[in-house]
Amino acid sequence: MRHLLTTESLDRATIEGLLDEADGFADVLVRPIPKVPALRGKTVAMMFFEPSTRTRLSFEKAAKSLSADTMTFSPSTSSLSKGESLKDTVLTVRAMGVDLMVVRHKATGAPWRIADWLDIPVVNGGDGAHQHPTQALLDCLTIRQRFDSLEGLNIAIVGDIRNSRVARSNIFAMTTLGANVMLVGPPTLLPIDPENWPVTVHHHIDEVLDRADVVYLLRVQTERGGGSGFPSASEYTQRFGMTAERFRRLKDEAIVMHPGPMNRGVEIGNDVADNERALILQQVSNGVASRMAVLFRLLEGQHDI
Amino acid sequence: MRQVMTAEDLGRVTRRIAHEIVERNHGTSQIVVVGIPTRGRPFADRIAAALSDIEGSTVIAGSLDIGMYRDDLDTRPRTRIGPTTLPEAIDGKTVVIVDDVLFTGRTIRAALDALADLGRPGAVQLAVVIDRGHRQLPIRADFVGKNIPTAITDRVSVRFLETDDEEGVWIASDESE
Repeated sequence: MRHLLTTESLDRATIEGLLDEADGFADVLVRPIPKVPALRGKTVAMMFFEPSTRTRLSFEKAAKSLSADTMTFSPSTSSLSKGESLKDTVLTVRAMGVDLMVVRHKATGAPWRIADWLDIPVVNGGDGAHQHPTQALLDCLTIRQRFDSLEGLNIAIVGDIRNSRVARSNIFAMTTLGANVMLVGPPTLLPIDPENWPVTVHHHIDEVLDRADVVYLLRVQTERGGGSGFPSASEYTQRFGMTAERFRRLKDEAIVMHPGPMNRGVEIGNDVADNERALILQQVSNGVASRMAVLFRLLEGQHDI
Repeated sequence: MRQVMTAEDLGRVTRRIAHEIVERNHGTSQIVVVGIPTRGRPFADRIAAALSDIEGSTVIAGSLDIGMYRDDLDTRPRTRIGPTTLPEAIDGKTVVIVDDVLFTGRTIRAALDALADLGRPGAVQLAVVIDRGHRQLPIRADFVGKNIPTAITDRVSVRFLETDDEEGVWIASDESE
C-alpha cells in the first residue's frame, strides 16, 4: 500500500490487517502515556482545502500519538486566495520537507491528482461526495469490536447516500468484509444506479428494522444540496429517522452508528443518541486509532512502489 | 543446524533463573515479570510459574510489545503492533524483562523505553535464555540461561512448544558468509 485513497480497491486481508493494527493502537491510546515514538522525525501535513474540524483533529491526534510532527494548511489563510494553483501549493509544502499528506478537497479525485504529482504517500481525508476511507476503517473497527466480525451482518445505511462519501467508502469496506449492506433513503437521495452496487435498496426505514444488526445513520447534508431531496426535516424523520419508538423495535443486540455531526431530532432521536447501543463516541475514539494504523503503515519501513 | 539445549535443559534453566530471581529480590512480592513477544512470552510464563511454585504465591507474567520503540523502523520490512498487558501497575516495583536471546541489546533498549512510558519501576532486571554476545549498546543481563559464543552471522533459535512445534535451542551457521 503506497497511498490510501479509496476503500474500493482494498482487499479483505489488507482491511483486516489495518483493523488489527488499529486495535493495537487503541490500546496505546489508553496507556498512562498514550504515545509511542514510532514516527519520530516524520512530518505529516494536513492539507484541508475544504473545512473540517473533527477529521483534521483526529488525524492530528493520530500523528502526534505516533510522535510525528504535524503541519496544517487551511485555504482561507493561504496563497490559494492569491491565485496559486493546487499543484504549486502542494509542491511548495512538499518542498518544505513533508513525509505524508492528508488531503481533503471538495472536488472528487483531487487526492489522486495530488498523489500523482508527489513522491510521498497521500491519504484521502474526504474528496467531495466520493470517498473517505479512514471513516470506513473506523466504522468497521467499531462494528468488529462489538460483533467480532462483519461476516453475515446486516448493515442498514440510512439517509443521504447520494451525497455521502462516508456511505460510498463504507459500502465497499463492509461488503469486502462479508456484510450485507442495505441502503435506505428516498429515491432522490439514493445513487442513480444502485443496481450496479453490491447492496439492496429500501425506501422506508421500517423495512429493515427487524433484521438490521447495525443501523448507520447519515447526516442530512444541506451544504451538498441534500436538503432539496425531501420536503422537510419532519417528513424525513417520519420515514427515515431513528426515533425512540423505532429503536425499541430493533434486535436486542443491534447497534446505532453515526459519523457526526448529528442533527438530533432529525435523523437520530435525542434519547437514541445517548443510548449505550449508540456507539457514536466509540467511533470517534476509534478514528484516532484507525488513522494511527494508516499513518504507521504508510510511513514505516521500505515500501514496494 | 546444531542443537545446544534440549527441552530438559530449558526446564532446568527456567527453575535455576527463578531461584536466582527470588534470591536476588528476597521473595516475589515486589516482582513483575514481563515477556517480550514472541518468544520472551512463553519463557516469562514459565518463569512466573516457577516463581509461584517456589514462593507459594501466584505470579502472573505480562507482555511488553516493543515494536513501536525500535530504532530501525525505517529499514525493517514490516513491524506490527502487538499487545502490551501488565498484570499490575509497575510503579515502584522490580520489573523483570524476559526475552529469548540477548544479542545487540537494541531490543532491550526499546523495552526500557516502552517500560518508561508505562510507569516508573523501582528497578528493572533482565532474564534471557541465551546471551550470544555482540552487544552494540551498554546493556547486560542479570539472569542468563546459557552464554554461547557465536559468530555475528550465526542464527540462534530458541523454540518453545507454545510458539513452535518443538522445544530447545539451536544454532545455524550461515554457510554463505
